[in-house]
Amino acid sequence: MATMKFMCDAERCIECNGCVTACKNANEVEWGVQRRRVVTLNDGEPSEVSISVACMHCDDAPCIAVCPTETLFQRDDGIVLHDKDLCIGCGYCLYACPFGAPQFPKQNAFGERGKMDKCTFCAGGPAETKEEEYQKYGANRIAEGKLPLCAEMCSTKALLAGDAQEVADIFRQRVVQRGHKDGGWSGNPRADADSLAYDATQQG
Amino acid sequence: MSKSTPWQALWRLPLLVLALVASLGLAQVALAQADPDREAATAVPALDADAWRQIKSGETGPNYRDSRFDSDYNLINASGETWRQLRERWVSPFGVIAVVGMIVVIALFYLVVGRKKLDEPRTGRKLLRWSLVVRSLHWTVASLFILLALTGLNLAYGKAVFRPIFGDGFWAAMMSGTKLIHNYLGPLFGILLVILLLRLLAHNIPRKHDLDWFAKGGGLVGKEHPDAGFANAGEKVWYWLLATAGIAVIVSGLVLDFPNYGQARDTMQWANIIHAVGAFGLTAVALGHIYIGTLGTEGSFEGMATGYVDETWAKEHHNLWYEEVKDQAIPEEQLTAGRAHPQGDEPAPRSG
Repeated sequence: MATMKFMCDAERCIECNGCVTACKNANEVEWGVQRRRVVTLNDGEPSEVSISVACMHCDDAPCIAVCPTETLFQRDDGIVLHDKDLCIGCGYCLYACPFGAPQFPKQNAFGERGKMDKCTFCAGGPAETKEEEYQKYGANRIAEGKLPLCAEMCSTKALLAGDAQEVADIFRQRVVQRGHKDGGWSGNPRADADSLAYDATQQG
Repeated sequence: MSKSTPWQALWRLPLLVLALVASLGLAQVALAQADPDREAATAVPALDADAWRQIKSGETGPNYRDSRFDSDYNLINASGETWRQLRERWVSPFGVIAVVGMIVVIALFYLVVGRKKLDEPRTGRKLLRWSLVVRSLHWTVASLFILLALTGLNLAYGKAVFRPIFGDGFWAAMMSGTKLIHNYLGPLFGILLVILLLRLLAHNIPRKHDLDWFAKGGGLVGKEHPDAGFANAGEKVWYWLLATAGIAVIVSGLVLDFPNYGQARDTMQWANIIHAVGAFGLTAVALGHIYIGTLGTEGSFEGMATGYVDETWAKEHHNLWYEEVKDQAIPEEQLTAGRAHPQGDEPAPRSG
């Protein structure tokens, strides 16, 4: 069984927010909820770098561990889903999540937050009918044999989604090419300093 | 040269500019090819290990941006894992040990030592101990406490117990009900507990004889009852636990209950830890309070139920208070008669 993962290549992300928009559109996410966000570090400086973040579908997911109602669960393929019928809006997943993925449509007095919503890896969620599933969780592209729309639409292919092994292979190859003599970084002296690239070029 | 018109000079200008630009561009290309260091310097630097370490620590610089509207999140919520570990490894086991441990201790105590009976027979003369206001407050606060403790325990441990038993449908309804009760009655409990604490403050100022009470283990060490005023030292400990840990639980509960004020995740993580530790501890001690007030001591429960206690009980358990109020004792018959005829000739004295 494949293990599904997202990976965002921070060297490629250009902060276009296309992933955010694609997600919002594919899943018809509730107003005020944005399942994916783009974080930019050192904005406006030469070292500026951006990265797209959503639920990372952790192996040992903190949200699943702390949820008092077992709203959150992990599929065999590693995708972490949520059951909106069980959610009571306590906010524990939000406290625990390393990536700020769980969100609530409201933030009212007496802990009235509504039902938690987060990225489903475009795999929908538990529901009786397809219509109900779409209405509650958005698209189930995985069931249709497609990958999450955010990664599919990423203009620079910074955001990768799919089987962890394949994503890792693609990224590994990128790292190799980045420091390569024939690559766009010709003559880049830092290629030698980057141990990963150095080793890779040595191995041909 | 004077014969040339201004127009002739003008058409040369674009050509000049073109030549300038072309030469500049050529020089630039030559420069870049000759100087890879320069190329590297203008390229985007790689995210090095230090940068990732900083990100993982949850730090954000001044030029940090998040595309999500109104977000105050950092890239990695580092304190989330701390909270999870504290909660899963320490707080949850502590709660079970505290509450279950207390039940076991009380059961053993009851089996070994048994109920504390009155040494002397009852005199049949009654002393007013708790006024109607205090009793109403006490029972309201007590009922709310029990409800909040049960719902709180369900939020903490329910998933391990009830979901397998009841199945998803009932479980979902049970949990949303639990959360509603806990979130809406919590603030009410807070307000009433503060009023009750203020009302009983005067009785619970620590005194010198309280130390002696502790030394004698509240009467467990030796045969005789240690000195005690209106409240004995054990009751004062319970009072001050509620006045400290109880207030901490209420305040942290309000922090958790009102996310509309926009408090940060980190604040709520700490509030949750304080709330859980305090509440589990108070629940355990409350079990002791309930035991002593009902099964554990003969004559105590009627005080909070009817407001009146027997003279013998007062003399044995609160000798100093008894000395103060012993002339106010009223025969039991008069009390029951007064209750049968609300327009009794003597209004019941009020204290407490």
